[in-house]
Amino acid sequence: MMQITCPHCGPRAQSEFIYERTVDSVVPLDAAPEQAMATLFARTNPRGVDEEIWRHTYGCRAWLVMTRHRVTNEISATRAVGPEALP
Amino acid sequence: MSGPMRDPKGATVTFSFDGKTYQARAGDTLAAALLANGVGHVGRSFKYHRPRGIMTAGIEEPNALVTIGDGGRAEPNTRATDVFVYDGLIARSQNRWPNLSFDVGAVFSLAAPMLGAGFYYKTFFGSAKRWMFYEYFIRKAAGLGNAPTKSDPDRFSQRAAFCDVLVVGAGPAGLQAALEQAEAGKRVILVEQDSILGASLIRDPQELDAAWAEGAAARIRAAGGRILTRTTASGYWEHDLVTLTQRLSEPGEVPSSGVTQRLWHVRAGQVILATGSIERPIAFAHNDRPGVMLSQAARTYVRRFGILPGKRIVVATNNDDAYKTAQALQDAGAEIVAILDARPQFSDAAAGAESAGLPVWTNAIPSSASGARHCLSGVTAIVDGQSKSWKADLIAVSGGFTPVVHLHMQAGGTLDWNDAAQAFVPAASRQNVTTIGGAANPDPVFPVTPVSNPKKSFIDFQNDVSLADVDLAWAEGYRSVEHLKRYTTLGMATDQGKLSNMAALGRLAEKQGVSIPEAGLTTFRPPYTPVSMGLIAGAGAKNAGAHVRRLALYDVHAAKNPIWQPLGYWFRPRAYPQGQETLAQAALREAKEVRTGVGMTDVSTLAKFEVSGPDAAAFLELICATTVGKLAVGRGRYTFMLREDGIAFDDGTVWRLDENRYLLTSSTGGADRMATHISYVRQYLCPQLKVSAVNVQEHYAGIAIAGPKAKAVMDALIKADAPRHMSTVPAEIAGVPVIVLAASYSGERAFEVYVEASHAASIWAACEAEVTAQGGCLYGLEAMEFLRIEKGHLVVGGEVDGRMTPMDLALDKMLNKAGGYIGATGLSRPALAEPGRRQLVGLEAISGDIPEGAMLITHKGGSPHGHVSAAAFRILEGGSVALGQLKDGFSRHGEELIASSPTRGQEARVRVVHPHFYDTAGERYRD
Repeated sequence: MMQITCPHCGPRAQSEFIYERTVDSVVPLDAAPEQAMATLFARTNPRGVDEEIWRHTYGCRAWLVMTRHRVTNEISATRAVGPEALP
Repeated sequence: MSGPMRDPKGATVTFSFDGKTYQARAGDTLAAALLANGVGHVGRSFKYHRPRGIMTAGIEEPNALVTIGDGGRAEPNTRATDVFVYDGLIARSQNRWPNLSFDVGAVFSLAAPMLGAGFYYKTFFGSAKRWMFYEYFIRKAAGLGNAPTKSDPDRFSQRAAFCDVLVVGAGPAGLQAALEQAEAGKRVILVEQDSILGASLIRDPQELDAAWAEGAAARIRAAGGRILTRTTASGYWEHDLVTLTQRLSEPGEVPSSGVTQRLWHVRAGQVILATGSIERPIAFAHNDRPGVMLSQAARTYVRRFGILPGKRIVVATNNDDAYKTAQALQDAGAEIVAILDARPQFSDAAAGAESAGLPVWTNAIPSSASGARHCLSGVTAIVDGQSKSWKADLIAVSGGFTPVVHLHMQAGGTLDWNDAAQAFVPAASRQNVTTIGGAANPDPVFPVTPVSNPKKSFIDFQNDVSLADVDLAWAEGYRSVEHLKRYTTLGMATDQGKLSNMAALGRLAEKQGVSIPEAGLTTFRPPYTPVSMGLIAGAGAKNAGAHVRRLALYDVHAAKNPIWQPLGYWFRPRAYPQGQETLAQAALREAKEVRTGVGMTDVSTLAKFEVSGPDAAAFLELICATTVGKLAVGRGRYTFMLREDGIAFDDGTVWRLDENRYLLTSSTGGADRMATHISYVRQYLCPQLKVSAVNVQEHYAGIAIAGPKAKAVMDALIKADAPRHMSTVPAEIAGVPVIVLAASYSGERAFEVYVEASHAASIWAACEAEVTAQGGCLYGLEAMEFLRIEKGHLVVGGEVDGRMTPMDLALDKMLNKAGGYIGATGLSRPALAEPGRRQLVGLEAISGDIPEGAMLITHKGGSPHGHVSAAAFRILEGGSVALGQLKDGFSRHGEELIASSPTRGQEARVRVVHPHFYDTAGERYRD
């Protein structure tokens, strides 16, 4: 079980979080059909660093983006999303 | 037999083994207690039913597996070396019938030449039916203990902890490390799987002894450290999380606190592994029989428990450590008849032993043991190429030491090959873990090549895998160590290869003509030792795992004694039977009342979201595939939601309560998914929108009132003109503010009343009084299902099944033509417009009743063209009707098909029709 640093709550056990999806799986709202299909059905799963969308569901319930190495599970960064995180 | 060093002052306890009562001293393991009582034969092997005794003194024991305790507390496959006796302990041997001494299954032993690796794969082929016939007998004949059939009366708890340093293993290295860290001000947790601290110090007191261990423990505690005994670090997970399994009572024992075991989740800043090593056996013929014991185990029984496990003893070794065993056994009064040292030259220890008068033979490798059922009678060895035999009742063997690197590997660490020790030792790790002591620096040994008949030379005792099985796997083309493991089941029992791995690797490497590190190693995965299922479940066991959500009106319904139905996490009334009515009779009566008079039902579980703010309409137009912005204040409409790939996943209604304030409802079963989806869009996808989306599912209770007389009921309740279809008004009932929506799922004129949940009971009572005054009744989910099927309305999970697009459901006319909603791009995929897709149809029975779930076929034996998603009856006229999905269904109206359900043994002839069976023009909604 990993230890994930929630941008709002600090380091917490993975059991408080739910993994949702990788950032590159999100179909942009203005995507062309070919791009949507590539995103939906032709994604790769390379060894290495991944940007993932998680949710601190048994905590502050905020969504966050986490940079995780798919093999070593090293988490190099987490960042807040949502209206409060807008520049 | 009772050893000379056995403490006569220890308290005496009574235990039983296979129904016979014995005495033991508190602090003994069951294995020690059995040996002390002269019981050397304690089990039968897994496959060949060979008699087995006690081989080790620790958790790696492969042979002495017993069932401890009775009823729900029974714990099968418990290692007799890993349970401490208590008064009243009940132990039974396993895998024998009718009893241990006379085991019918032992005939397998005679058949052993036939029962090699892969025997079952090769012999019992043929039809599945034949295999199922064989399997019954195979399962009966081969196996370990039986799982208890009763519920465990004890509790298992879980606990989280944090520390700076976690030290695993309280031998000299672990104690020293924990002491240093604790006295340097670190928060320390030290765990030891044994009941006492000291590990090797217990059997080998040197400069440091048991008293030193006690002193060190006191200093660790004084410095604030925590020491857990009877606690095994069973798993090393990500980011230095280690799970500990702590025994608070022994297997089968009634725990004083009610809690029998505790699972710890320890997040450590740093982990120090002082896990020591496990001694290896030596492969020789009949090396599995009672009387063959690991050297350090024999020493432990003498030094720790005061038990002499044999009188005439042969020691076989490839290292110096076993000389300590010879010395300890001799000091305790045993006769050492031979020390067989595989090394060609005398080491210092060997020379010392010889000068002390012990019979040392170099270049000596055991080849066979002989004896009867309960004991050993002789040992044969090849000494300088010549066969030589001794009479003996015990052979203490040491084939070297396997460092316990399991946790290091679980942590993602790599291993190095230490050639002097013929062992894998921990190398780099990506986690913050270091290994110290014997686990990092095992004693040097001399590699031994077995000289015996491979058939009876066992390497995996628990699964009866011999050297011959490894040879066979090799001959049959299994080259990789992973394949070898799966083909022979080597290392797959409760000991997980702790004794067998290295011997098998050695043999495989020899076959391949490579070194052991080149032959490879299988992966170690958690848990290190077996973990009770109850411990993993923890407080979630015994029905506490799934929660139940109670309706605000639960008590109101319960007083009417309805038939309940689970729906999502909820229980909702399925029908309110009167007198002796069956479910179907009650549901039909209720549905008829809705069609002809008025009925009311609880719809509180519908998902509800209040969406407000200047961008509320824009937000909803992302979520909903229909237009929202054009909705006038006080109006509502049906809507549905798509996944990114264009498939519909939920539906509901959207209402404009105010200029910038909307209410969105969606399905009960999809409520949590919709809540997640909405928060995803709000927080991740479009955080720039000025909108608030609040989940008000449980804030409001909901009551639906439906039927031709619903308008009259509603007018009376709100003392005003009730809104027209798909309109909403704020209102008051008995002084309580409510939201009234005019929406219909049943097909009749209908309303939904939403009220703050704390007022639900009084508003329900007011509604029920008016409905009753109009001669109406309550209706449940079953009647609602009849009504909506007849009307052709969809249900999420039925017609909306995660495969249907809006086109397939004939909803495409409602799509927002401006696009922009989630799923719009996915919906434009050409594949979704191709012919051959399943489409929503109605089905009308020509003969028979349409079975729900039936496949739709054109002729008997044909392949399915679709299926029946929901079936019901015309409520007033009678006759079986259904909704279904049919390949190219829109263009097949009028076609006759067979709705066949082989699993139910039912069949009906059906005609494909439009999916609306009732009031197709929608006139009944209007006043």
